[in-house]
Amino acid sequence: MGFMENAWLVPLIPAVSFVLILLFGKRMPKQGSELGILAVGSSFVLSVGAAIGWINRVNDAESAEGEHALGMVFRAMGRSVGRFSQEEGHAVLPVEPITRSITWLQSGGIKLSAGIQIDGLAVMMMFVVTLISLLVHIYSTEYMRGDRRYTHFFATLSLFTASMLLLVVSDNTLQLLVGWELVGLCSFILIGHWWEDKPNSDAAVKAFLTTRTGDIGLLCGVIMTFFVVQAGTGEGSFNIVALNDSAANAGELGVSHTLLLWTAVGLLAGIIGKSGQFPLHTWLPDAMAGPTPVSALIHAATMVVAGVYLGARVFPVFYEGFSIADGGVNPMALVGGITVIIGALLAFVQDDIKKVLAYSTVSQLGYMVLALGVGAWVAAIFHLFTHAFFKANLFLGAGSVSHSGSHHSFDMKKDMGGLRKYMPQTFWTFMIGTAALAGIPPLAGFWSKDEILVNAGENDFQVFLIVGMVGALLTAAYMTRCIYYTFFGEYRGGDHAHADGAGDELVEHHLAEVQDEHAHAPVAVATHDAHDDHAHAGPHESNWLITGPLWVLSAFSLGIGLLNAPGIEKFTEWFEPRFAFPDLPHAEFSVAWASAAVVTGLIGIGLSYAYYWRGLGPQRLSERNSLARAGKTFLVNKYYLDYLYENVIVAFIKGPLANAAYWFNQHVIDNVLNYTGRGAMTAGHVVYDYIDQKGVDGVVNGIGISTDEAGSAVREIQTGRLQFYAFMLVLALGVFALALWIAA
Amino acid sequence: MEWSEWALTLAVFLPAVGAVIVMLIPRAQEELIKWVTLLTTVATLGIVLAILFDFDYDRTHDLQFAINNDWIDVINSRYHLGVDGISLPLLALSAFITLLCVIYSWNHFPEPHNPKAFLALMLILEVGMNGTFVAQDLILFFVFFEIVLLPMFFMIGVWGGPNRQYASIKFFLFTLFGSAIMLLGFLALYFQVDAPGGSTFDMVRLTEAAGAGMTHNVQLLVFGALFLGFAIKVPMFPFHTWLPDAHTEAPTVGSVLLAAILLKLGTYGFIRIAMPILPDAAKSWAPWIGLLAVIGIIYGALGCLAQTDMKRLIAFSSVAHMGFVMLAIASLTDAGFNAAVFGMVAHGLITGMLFFLAGSVQHNFDTRELSRLGGLLTQAPKMGWILGFCAMASLGLPGLAGFWGEFPALFSVFDPGMGMSEAVFRTFMVIGAVGTVLAAGYLLWMLQKVAFGTPKPEFAHAHIHDVNAFEWTAWLPILLLIVALGIYPNMLFRVTDGAATNIINGMSQAIGG
Amino acid sequence: MLLNQFLILSAVLFGCGIYGVLTRKHTVLVLMSVELMLAAVNINLVAFGAYNGNVAGQVFALFVLTIAAAEVGVGLAIVLLIYRNLRSADLDDVDVMKG
Repeated sequence: MGFMENAWLVPLIPAVSFVLILLFGKRMPKQGSELGILAVGSSFVLSVGAAIGWINRVNDAESAEGEHALGMVFRAMGRSVGRFSQEEGHAVLPVEPITRSITWLQSGGIKLSAGIQIDGLAVMMMFVVTLISLLVHIYSTEYMRGDRRYTHFFATLSLFTASMLLLVVSDNTLQLLVGWELVGLCSFILIGHWWEDKPNSDAAVKAFLTTRTGDIGLLCGVIMTFFVVQAGTGEGSFNIVALNDSAANAGELGVSHTLLLWTAVGLLAGIIGKSGQFPLHTWLPDAMAGPTPVSALIHAATMVVAGVYLGARVFPVFYEGFSIADGGVNPMALVGGITVIIGALLAFVQDDIKKVLAYSTVSQLGYMVLALGVGAWVAAIFHLFTHAFFKANLFLGAGSVSHSGSHHSFDMKKDMGGLRKYMPQTFWTFMIGTAALAGIPPLAGFWSKDEILVNAGENDFQVFLIVGMVGALLTAAYMTRCIYYTFFGEYRGGDHAHADGAGDELVEHHLAEVQDEHAHAPVAVATHDAHDDHAHAGPHESNWLITGPLWVLSAFSLGIGLLNAPGIEKFTEWFEPRFAFPDLPHAEFSVAWASAAVVTGLIGIGLSYAYYWRGLGPQRLSERNSLARAGKTFLVNKYYLDYLYENVIVAFIKGPLANAAYWFNQHVIDNVLNYTGRGAMTAGHVVYDYIDQKGVDGVVNGIGISTDEAGSAVREIQTGRLQFYAFMLVLALGVFALALWIAA
Repeated sequence: MEWSEWALTLAVFLPAVGAVIVMLIPRAQEELIKWVTLLTTVATLGIVLAILFDFDYDRTHDLQFAINNDWIDVINSRYHLGVDGISLPLLALSAFITLLCVIYSWNHFPEPHNPKAFLALMLILEVGMNGTFVAQDLILFFVFFEIVLLPMFFMIGVWGGPNRQYASIKFFLFTLFGSAIMLLGFLALYFQVDAPGGSTFDMVRLTEAAGAGMTHNVQLLVFGALFLGFAIKVPMFPFHTWLPDAHTEAPTVGSVLLAAILLKLGTYGFIRIAMPILPDAAKSWAPWIGLLAVIGIIYGALGCLAQTDMKRLIAFSSVAHMGFVMLAIASLTDAGFNAAVFGMVAHGLITGMLFFLAGSVQHNFDTRELSRLGGLLTQAPKMGWILGFCAMASLGLPGLAGFWGEFPALFSVFDPGMGMSEAVFRTFMVIGAVGTVLAAGYLLWMLQKVAFGTPKPEFAHAHIHDVNAFEWTAWLPILLLIVALGIYPNMLFRVTDGAATNIINGMSQAIGG
Repeated sequence: MLLNQFLILSAVLFGCGIYGVLTRKHTVLVLMSVELMLAAVNINLVAFGAYNGNVAGQVFALFVLTIAAAEVGVGLAIVLLIYRNLRSADLDDVDVMKG
């Protein structure tokens, strides 16, 4: 049981390891990576312990039935806030989270605490974060071998793991915000890991600023959570349990709906920024400029789901604020729904395998937010859980391909193809990940995606059910395309790619041989020539440090979905909050919907297969025809698939839409950011040049100058000639005498 | 006399003694001069640490280490010193930063060199700074407040950059103008307030009187006079234009002291004098102060975006950061005052550190033009990482000190005190939150230009020093404090809380009654 | 009483003095004009003294004479120095006080 009470150790260990790696890493035999692995490994063990502890706690509560359940009282408030619902005649018993806290700061009669809140959601996240982080650490020892900033890389990974865990175990929204910003910092550092190149640092800055834009809302939202609790309990606090209680019982406690609505809107803005939701998703694909293990850990499995996690953590706020129980449309579901489609369509037009996966991540995050928006809490979290495994699997697979198969390129069309023969293990693990993502039963993605869809239908969100179906079709199709380019056909990599400078942006820059730490000369940015030792060896399988993690993740992708399969449903039982939480309906598993989803996915795969392997459909029609004539039939959409094949994408559905979406993405959304930046610059210049330098400063200078001018004018009188002074004296005397005479 | 009675006097005037000794040493004996200065500042910091140690943290609202002697009988002005929870951190910051500045200067004296004059001025400056934070009599406060001006004027005017004369005169005139009007306000307080026991300059008694005997309109006017004096010092929009010039031209140490301590004299004045002594007027003025503060936040950030000079950019960021501090003060809540003091300390450490870095960058590259810099991380990786660290701290990254100035400020504004309009202040909160993004924008932009990428060809073969021993000694304590305060903010909040609550309670009683 | 005549004489003398001071270019001449003005003052003092039957006027006149002598001494010394430095005794050349 001690595992749960002492879960604060879980983030603390990697934090300590961060400091140690920074201080001593370079002097250690493995340059600090062993410290990182040790720390994250220990955290993993503790997390597993905490998870087991929690599961026992739930089981105990189940077996103890009523006697102990009714005694559950939220002590701080002196009244019961448990959830007692009758579902299928089975009482859902409240299980209190385990919390521990210390005073963090006191200010004006307000005591803010820092602490841990261990419950199902927290232990689930701890497990996912530590496990994937551990695998990524192991993977990176090979993948990043010889990197110029190897030690820094591992230090930052440790810091990231610590921050993410801090966020996860947090018992209050303020501490959650702290973790949230810290993971953003790590993301910034790691995206810009090869900061010698401008595109990388640009991507890092873009990622940080875009998420920060969402954080405007988050900051305000977190502040408002304090006042939600104040309205609900009389004493303000950032405490999450109290917040959920106040929100879930808003009507009873007299918490104003307006306040909840604004809180929800603010927090949603934060989610949109962090979890790559429309319209702030544009940073996520750019973030692929970072090393691939980072993309897997941060930009697929953990950090980007922080938004979804927040949504789940304080779900009652959204549930009440957006009146999710009423069905129809709400901002959260809408944002998620749009993101599902937008992301999936964009995935078709990418040549860069990492960008396909990035857009896929955007789309899948859309599913999770959509699920929260339709009130399918368990489904959202279950999808987060399964997605973490199969998406990390896919990213690491892509990394393996580039590491050993394509000379550090990520360009599927130029440098890959036919790798199935050379890298069988990577191929099979990638296939498992793809199948899981595409929703093939009984792999992980099938169960979680199906749960989202069926709940959306059940909770009166039919529109989003359709959106989800379309998304499933698209997902299956673009992943099939990705597989085709990467592993099938003829191997296109080879030295010709190296002579071609156009592929530069897609190449990860390894600075392997550059060990010149105290560089007085600019560091030669070694790109293609790095890793010469095996770059010329042709494509081959990666070693066990890379394939090992791939197989572990594949195993999870294969089997983990069964955890919430009908009849088992352990995931719901263990991890759904049973304390200070609204009573959410759970849709029954429906064979009809499940088959529909599977069929949809298979259609996607089939169409892709027919197109790429069999050469069916209007191949290369675009060479003979123009875009303008596309639009009549479903077949014409297929036509677009070919057109976009030349130009980069698009499948059999709504080619123009994808095109428009990409255009919209690049020209409107991106440009809004760019122009906002430029506008701010211009405004800055205008303000600075005209108002500041000429206006405000002008007034100040004006006073000085006018004094100066007056002085100059008066100065003319000072001729220095004595007789002039005497004359003035006499003149004054005369005037004085005259005055006296007149007065007399 | 008791230690507790002379401790503050010692903390204030020890540097003066040091200055006199330095002046008596022949100019040629530079080493001796440096050592005497170092010893003086160390001893001063030692006394301040002893005060910190002896301070009773259970009653931070009380004036401790108080001394109250006759001074100028004719005008009832007394030699009254004392520290409470609000003064204490600032006093410590002042002694701390001055010492680090001396260490940093050791081998870094700007042209025209002359360590004797430079260090003597720095010690005199410390007298003024320490004194301002502990003075409890308006005239005494004013004297210390003005003592600060002269050394800084000479520091900028003699050791400054190419445009130093313009900058130093602008700085001097601007602040002198403000303090002249502030003095008028003090006189008005003396003659108009019905303090128990007759007319007085004593801040404690004036606070108790809370503006009794003045009509509301007179209060508004007198507050205006005080506002002008303090707002120029802060500086608040639109009185800030002296700041970028002064910072840009000042020698590194001058910039550090200016940013870290001098700006705080203004905000401290608001918390200690203007708000509690004239609560009624404060309530009427607060929304306008809040407005100017948020304008300052946005405006300062926009100003930063337009800069091409690294040091000037940092200077402009001060306008934005002090905007957050003023916004917190304008909320008229205890949480806001706490946030303000935290913001002051955090800004002092972080921006002070950024100025140190700008100084070292200039020392290495002989330029601060952002367009010419680049790749600092390759040439001087340690300095580059420290710059990144400070940029992150400055943009308010949680876990570092800057956050606890910013977030609680916005927090306090959501629910303003004294029955002020929530709608107005909540609008300010949102605008302030937008300011945090702009802050991230300009700081990351600067970081990218200076630290990332590869060095520009002109400096590709330049000999660039990474952080040296003196710099480490001066910087490490600041960096550690930034982290420590960020991780455990209660270190500071628990000191200020009692005092802030006390002031706010006094104000609300005065307004209610 | 003869007071008016004395006063007229004194006024005329004073006028001559002022005229000299304002118009003469040579330093020595200016100095002499100043002496004229002082003499006018002396006449006034003695005249008023006699008119009021009071010796104070005469006493003051004596003082003024003494001071005038000293002033001439100093004045001439200055003239000498100016001449030595500027090689000219022309007042228009002496404009070091020009602002």
